[in-house]
Parts: sequence; structure tokens; C-alpha cells
Amino acid sequence: MSFIQLDRVSASFQGQKVLGPLSLTVAPGERVALVGKSGAGKSTLIKLAFDRAREQASTSLIPQDLGLVGALPVFHNVFMGRLDQHRSWYSAVTLFRPFQRDRTEISALLSQLGMAHKQWAPVASLSGGQRQRTAIARAMYQRSETLLADEPVSALDGPLANEVMALLRERFSTSLIALHDVTLALRYCDRVVGIADGAVVLDQPTTKLSEHDLLPLY
Amino acid sequence: MPLPATVRVSLLFLVIAIVALAFSDVAITASNPWRDLGRFFLGMLTPDFFSYEGLATALVRTLAFAFVGVGLGSVCGFGLALLYRWRAVRLCSAFVRAIHELFWALIFLQFFGFHPLTGVLAIAIPYTGIFAKVYSEILDDVNPQAAHLLPRGSGTLVSYLYARLPQCWAQIRTYTLYRLECGLRSSAILGFVGLPTLGYYLEASFSQGQYSEAGAMLLLFYALIATIPVWVRRFTLPLYLAAAPFLLGEGFAIRWGNVERFFTEDIVPAPLRNGDGWSGLQDWLADVMVNQAIPGIWNTLVLTQLSLVATGMLALVTFPLISRHFGGPIRRGSGHIFLVVMRSTPEYVLAYILLQLWGPSMLPAAVALALHNGGIIGHLLGRHSSHIGLRSDAPIGLNRYTYELVPRLYRSFLALLFYRWEIIMRETAILGILGIYTLGFYVDSAIQNIQFDRALVLIVLTALLNIGVDKLSRVIRRRLALQTLPTC
Repeated sequence: MSFIQLDRVSASFQGQKVLGPLSLTVAPGERVALVGKSGAGKSTLIKLAFDRAREQASTSLIPQDLGLVGALPVFHNVFMGRLDQHRSWYSAVTLFRPFQRDRTEISALLSQLGMAHKQWAPVASLSGGQRQRTAIARAMYQRSETLLADEPVSALDGPLANEVMALLRERFSTSLIALHDVTLALRYCDRVVGIADGAVVLDQPTTKLSEHDLLPLY
Repeated sequence: MPLPATVRVSLLFLVIAIVALAFSDVAITASNPWRDLGRFFLGMLTPDFFSYEGLATALVRTLAFAFVGVGLGSVCGFGLALLYRWRAVRLCSAFVRAIHELFWALIFLQFFGFHPLTGVLAIAIPYTGIFAKVYSEILDDVNPQAAHLLPRGSGTLVSYLYARLPQCWAQIRTYTLYRLECGLRSSAILGFVGLPTLGYYLEASFSQGQYSEAGAMLLLFYALIATIPVWVRRFTLPLYLAAAPFLLGEGFAIRWGNVERFFTEDIVPAPLRNGDGWSGLQDWLADVMVNQAIPGIWNTLVLTQLSLVATGMLALVTFPLISRHFGGPIRRGSGHIFLVVMRSTPEYVLAYILLQLWGPSMLPAAVALALHNGGIIGHLLGRHSSHIGLRSDAPIGLNRYTYELVPRLYRSFLALLFYRWEIIMRETAILGILGIYTLGFYVDSAIQNIQFDRALVLIVLTALLNIGVDKLSRVIRRRLALQTLPTC
């Protein structure tokens, strides 16, 4: 079964059509980059795909506005990725006193992202890039094989963005990631889907594309 | 030039108030009001903290009733806030909060007597209604995305604990603490109907002309409220909550026979009890309406509209006292103290004092309501105005007030004033217990005459009147696109 199977879907916002009709299929094992101008409909497409995909199986999502709980520490925001795996009492106790097992695991994950020292800091006190990495850690911590992400590294500098993209590629076998950075799209994905005015205008394997081919999309 | 809608509405309310003034009885009837007022202020300046050994007990009881009542109200209110989608819950909350604490106390006194439960429930029930509404508004305001992102099967309770509650916890805490302050005021005035809190002793001191004793009580009460942030802390609060139920005093035992009689006999309308049938009931209802309800409602409305406009005027005059755009730190500091005293004094206590000094009429009641509510709105406006940045060559003095600040604050001002409309009306009704002919007067007289059936009808009418004004205020605020955050 496909990870994502959209068949002539469309979406409107306040009476204005923002997407479609558009068809897109992502098979298991595919890593797809979604590129296009801002306002082309990428975010809408990711949201739509998430609502469909989670019906079938647990899917991680990194939305553009991250969806973090500012008052909670980084640890708990990451832990939220696996709230479905624990009994209620376990999660409730964790809120006040995390168990060693989870501490170790989350701490290891955070150090991969260069965030270990911020484990107990409330998210509200973090910088934009640190918040983004918290949301990424949450997505990676969740028990799922698939990832949907909307500009997950937009607030990270060059080397860090590359590291994080590599981690995401390693962690998720199947993904659909909206990116505005063409280089990253070509380097860390196997297939590129270009969107303009709510429709698919390009769909090619990365091997057949160069940065030059993607420029007309912007 | 067409007038803006906010100004038109203000003028309309001003005209209504002027008409109301023509119908109201406003007079100073005491033979020597200024001498008594002078004595009272002298009493405040020469407080006597040691003349009365019961003072400490009165303060402890006041605190205990406030903590138990507000604590219970906030827990129950939070539970109801989770069910606030249900119409029945919304209606119940609206109804119980439309009835003033003192009315609840008067009801419970009839069957629980002077048992601590009377005071606890009198605070807890209306506060439950208020907390349910405000908590649900706060919870609805939370960004739902974090909850949406949780993996499927995360469980309702856990989703709540992780994704919703932490996002609004600070707001809930601030509001609850603020309500605790209101609860202290409510607790203090419960003494006026005989519970062992501050009001009881205040009334005793006043009626004996012991102004220094009364002054000491008031000063201690101000100090208690002003220092709440100091003595209510995260680690002390559970202690207070645990200790409070044991500090309510003994009171008198509940006589369950009274409870049963109250519900099966006392509140059944007299004609039904006596077997006069439906025609008897009609005559009885007509009598209640003509002789008690309609005069009570009329006087309540007149006094409410008068007090509302007076409150507004006072707030507009007093906010510069604490605004950083006027005066230096000394002037602002004394302005702060003045406004804190104004808003910390329960309007019931103010009205009681002024009535003692000036004699019975609507004037002391209107002045008390305006002072208390004007103090609250003035304080909020003043704080708000300090956030406004003025250009460095902005005019000063009166021109700064009229051209720069009032136009920018006017919408917030109206929002706050209309928000307090219902609160002012609730207070107006209750001040009748002090002898002004508003609804509270007729409720109190009915109870004195052991006509609980009539008292209950009048209390329900009062609640409906409050709900009606609350609705009207909401319509006006929506029409004028005024927004406000919940305040007392």
C-alpha cells in the first residue's frame, strides 16, 4: 500500500482555491522533496497528506509552526511523540518525574541534534533553530516509519541543516518533505515534485535533475 | 461630523443615567454626616489593633472561608469547564453565578443555620459558575496544534495533561489567584449576615461607634490583600488549603429536620401549601410581582444605571493617577495606594460605612459602587495607558489627556465598563439588604417575615435580570467590537 495516495484532491481557503486538482502517490521507500514558491500550496498539501496518511499508520509530522508546547521542557515535548506507547499513569508520572530509561534515550537523541544541554529548558526560552530541532527530535522519537515535514530545517544554518537532513534520511525510509533549498532537495531526496499554483508541474527522480532545472519553479 | 458609535453609546447611557437620577432618591439624611465621616477617618488614622481580642480569629476565619470556598469552586469549576460544550452545564453555570454570594448565604442560613457549610457553599457555588466559564474560555484559547500532532491513541487525559494544560497553566494560575483576592472580599462580607468573618466584627464596631477598632480591621484587611503575592506561594498554598477546613470554626450543628422542612414546605408557594389551587397561586404571584418584584427591579435598574455612569466617570478621572504619562514617582505611588484602597474595599463594606454616616438613600450606595468599581477600572486603564508610547514632543497636561490618551484608551475603557455592568447590577441588588429599596431589600424582608417562597421567587428574578444584562452587555460589546480579558 502507498504511503500517500492523493487522487485529484483540491483544497480551498475562504472560498479561494489554494490547491488542486492534484494527484500524487508516494510509495514506501521513497524519499520525496516538495519544491515550489511560497504560496504554491506546499503546506496545504503536507497537511492534507498527513490527515490521510495517519489513517493508515503512525506518521511523524514536522509542521511549519512546529506545534510545540512552550511551557514544557524540551524533554517532554520530545516524549510527546510516544504518548500512545505508554499507559496513562506512566505518562502522568513522567510529567513530574521522568523515568531513567526515557531520559537516557531522549538524551541520546538530543545529543545527535546538538541539543543535549537544553533537555530541561522550557521550549519558550529557546531560539528558533533550537525549537525546530526540538520538533525534529519529537518526530524522530515517534514510533513511525514515515515522515511528513514542512520546511524542517529553514531556521538552521548550512552545516547543521545538512547534518539534520542526513539524520532524517537515515531515520525515515519513506518521506515527503517540503523544502525551499534546492541543493538540500537534490542531495537528500530521491525524487522531486515541483508545485506551482496548486498543481504538480514537475515530477522527476533526483538523478535526472540539476539545480538549473528547478530554477523556473521559483 | 457624525459621532463614532462608541461616543453615541456613551451619550445614550449618560442620558439614561440623568433620567434615572430624576427618579432616584438621592439625599443625605443624617443630621451630621460630615462629623461622622471625620470620626471615621480619624479612626482609620488612629487604628487600635489591640482593643479586641477577636480580631485575629476574625481574620483567620475570613481567610479560611475564602480558601475553602475558592478552592472548592476552582476544582468544581475546572471539572465543569471540561463539560462546557454542554448547554445544560453552560445554563447552570450562568444561573449559579448570577446569584450573589450573600443571597446564597441567606438561602443556606435558612436550613444549614450558622454551620460553616453555609459560608463555604455561599462562596463555592457562585465561584464554581464563574470558574467554569472563565476556565473554559482560557482552555478554548489554547492552540490545538500540539494536541493534533500527538500520535493516535494517546488517550484523552494524557493529551490534556501534555498538549493543552501546560499552554494555559500560567493564565489559569493568575486568574485563580486573582479570584482568591475576590474570595477574601466575599468572605469578609459574609460576616454581615452573621457568619464569623470580618464583616461581623466590623458591623459590631461600627454600630458601637468604635471607629478606631473598625479602622484597624480595615487596615489589616488591606494589608492582607496587598501582600497576597508575598504570602501565597507555590509551596505555601497547599498548606493553606489543607489547614483551612479545620479553621472554619464550629458554628452550630445542622438540624436535618430544618433542611427537609425548607425543601418540602418553606419554599413551596403559600397558596399551594394551603391548598388554594391555581387561582390562589395566580393571586399570590400577582401580589409578589406588584408589591415586591416590580418596585425592586425598578429601583435596582435605576441605581445600576446611575452607578455605572458614575463608575465610568470616576475611572476616567482617576486613571492618570497611576499613568506614567502624568506626574512623578511620588504622585504615582500615592495614586497606587489610593486605587488599591478603593478596589480592595468590598463595595458592600463601603456602602455600609457610607450609609451609617449619611443615612439611608441611594446616594451612599451609588458612591460606594462607583468608588469600588471605578477604582478597579481606573487601575486597569492606568496600567494600560503606561504601555502607550507617546512621541517625544507630545502635548502635556490636559491636552495630553484629551488628545493623546483618552481617545486611545476609550475602547478598552468601554469594554471594561460594560464587562462590569452585570457585576454592578449584582451588587446593586444585594445592597438592598442594607435598606435601599433594591431587590435585596425585598428578599431580605421576605426572609425576615419567614416567607421563603417569596424570597426564592425574588432571588430567581434577580438572577434572570443579571443574566439579561449580561447578554445585553455582550451584544453591545460585540456590536462595538470591544474585547476584554476576564477581570473580577
